[in-house]
Amino acid sequence: MDAYITKIKAISERLLKDGTVEAVIGFREGTLPTMSEPCFIKRSDDVKDLVWNANCRINLANYLTNRKEKIAIVAKGCDSRNIVNHIIENKIKRDQLFIIGVPCKGMNDKDTGALQDNCATCTHRNPVIYDELAGDLVEEQTGVDKYADVKKVEAMTTDEKWAFFNNLYASCTRCYACRNACPLCYCPTCFVDESKPQWVGKGEDPIDVRTYHFLRAYHCAGRCTDCGSCEAACPQNIKVRQLTKKLEKDCAELFGWEAGLTLDKRPPLDTFSIDDPNDFIK
Amino acid sequence: MMKIINIDKQKWAGGVESLSKSYRLFGPVKDVDCHNFKELKQGEQPDLSYGNTKLSPKSVVFPPSEAMFTYSLDESNPEHHILKDVPKDYSPRAVLGMRPCDAKAVSLVRMNFDTPEYRDPYWMDAYEATTFVGLACENPCASCFCTSTGCGPYNEEGLDVLLVDNGNAYIAKALTEKGEKLLASGGFTDAGDASAVDAKKAAAEAKITAKIETDKLSEKVIMDLYDAPFWHDVAFACINCCTCTYACPTCWCFDIQDENKGCEGVRMRNWDSCMTPLFTMHGSGHNPRDKKHQRVRQRFMHKLKYFVDKYQKGIMCVGCGRCVQQCPVNLDIRTVSKTMNDYVAKS
Ligand code: SF4
Ligand code: SF4
Ligand code: SF4
Repeated sequence: MDAYITKIKAISERLLKDGTVEAVIGFREGTLPTMSEPCFIKRSDDVKDLVWNANCRINLANYLTNRKEKIAIVAKGCDSRNIVNHIIENKIKRDQLFIIGVPCKGMNDKDTGALQDNCATCTHRNPVIYDELAGDLVEEQTGVDKYADVKKVEAMTTDEKWAFFNNLYASCTRCYACRNACPLCYCPTCFVDESKPQWVGKGEDPIDVRTYHFLRAYHCAGRCTDCGSCEAACPQNIKVRQLTKKLEKDCAELFGWEAGLTLDKRPPLDTFSIDDPNDFIK
Repeated sequence: MMKIINIDKQKWAGGVESLSKSYRLFGPVKDVDCHNFKELKQGEQPDLSYGNTKLSPKSVVFPPSEAMFTYSLDESNPEHHILKDVPKDYSPRAVLGMRPCDAKAVSLVRMNFDTPEYRDPYWMDAYEATTFVGLACENPCASCFCTSTGCGPYNEEGLDVLLVDNGNAYIAKALTEKGEKLLASGGFTDAGDASAVDAKKAAAEAKITAKIETDKLSEKVIMDLYDAPFWHDVAFACINCCTCTYACPTCWCFDIQDENKGCEGVRMRNWDSCMTPLFTMHGSGHNPRDKKHQRVRQRFMHKLKYFVDKYQKGIMCVGCGRCVQQCPVNLDIRTVSKTMNDYVAKS
């Protein structure tokens, strides 16, 4: 980690000084022992504030949406995949970016200090796209079962699933931290905020709460990189990845697709192919 | 003359049982992994071993979602398009074991809902129906900074009774008539002695090392702070969720919504948050606070400047630390307050 940050600072300082970029997006020290704060550094003198540690869990691709300037961004494996998504979805241009890739060994859960759930099964710790690396590439994990928890839910009866999801979202306050921490959720007006027509009620009705979660998850299908930003952001510790992971699994099984790995292919849900599986049409 | 009662812990559960006959009781109970205030079911006991609750007990008087009126759009109904009050239960209720910071927060919120011009009927009726029983903090959390907000772990403002954990017993200070009545109705009548309280209070206060700096806020010029150059940097990380405002015991904003099913409808009010763009969206489509730094500035200017100037009662924050602990990106009100407090406008 120490070696990483020395390199991140050196690269950032160089880029700001020689005018390659106007700003660097990274993390600075937090005020709590288990937190780091995303930051936007514009002056080379401020590069000293940058940190890198196991609390850099929020996905920084989220801060790139529709920016116009030339920017350097510190990107671990999952952030880099969401940068790929952003480029494909025209939210930022590749030539605006200088990606400082950080090979990652996982982020820690802010409450337990243990490796975050998504990091424990991550198979893309190395950035998939970068201009310069802050450290040597790390070995990718193999033989992990990414979907053990999804399979458990799949094996449930309908009643059990109903109870499971009721329970999962019972304490949700609809603060929308999960949505807002997600780099995929950049719609100018989210469907839950629309009023003409109003798709969902805004009160505490559990049907409305679940409608929000289910629809948001579907909007992430084929795009979600399982970065875990949503879950890390949730103040109620709700396992919001249970839904997005199921869709991630479906995309892998139906289309052989993993999101954010390449700039050269359109994601399966925004294109048509004659080979698309049609088995769901009965 | 304030009454001091000794409550043997052996008798506490029985007392709560008796109270449940004359009050709707609310208390801290453990959810999956944290405590929150809930209405206690018959026979359920509040869990007074908690540190602090994830959400504040403001919901007891200010529910996240509250029906105000019902109406019918069915024109064959002779009373169509007439708003009807939703019947409410304002029978006596009591919050058991709330933290002193959350109680002080209730009195701050009251300044907004109970003014010479306006009385919010829903908030005030619920407030007046409630007896607030506090529990002094022996082991404040690391992120508590109540001692620098004009509050403290033994603060009594806003409470009807303060309970102090004294080993095998609670020392109960009845602070109001409402409080005395509650103690009597719980069968808590043993005379107590408050001599241990001062030392315990000093010990608890000494454990709080986190601080917020606010001493120079009132002398600042509003527009200097408003136009200060630091807001973009302060706001950068913020994702504009509602985590901080929903968790905050002093945040009181709400939104009014109509929800129809067929021809029948409910007009309700829901918690709202100044951190969302929708909060200030005009019907015309214009949004005076459409940028993130404007919304973040609003939250902190309201708590740390507008409120300070308007009421001269300090900041609109009791130092419970919830927003600090729960903000997903670690935007810390203590840092922002220091930045505002230290700011000197260039002349
Ligand atoms: S972050 Fe958590 S509490 Fe907030 S809307 Fe998402 S699931 Fe609900
Ligand atoms: S300050 Fe933190 S908790 Fe509040 S809206 Fe911003 S990101 Fe959410
Ligand atoms: S601003 Fe933060 S610390 Fe202050 S009362 Fe509200 S939640 Fe608690």
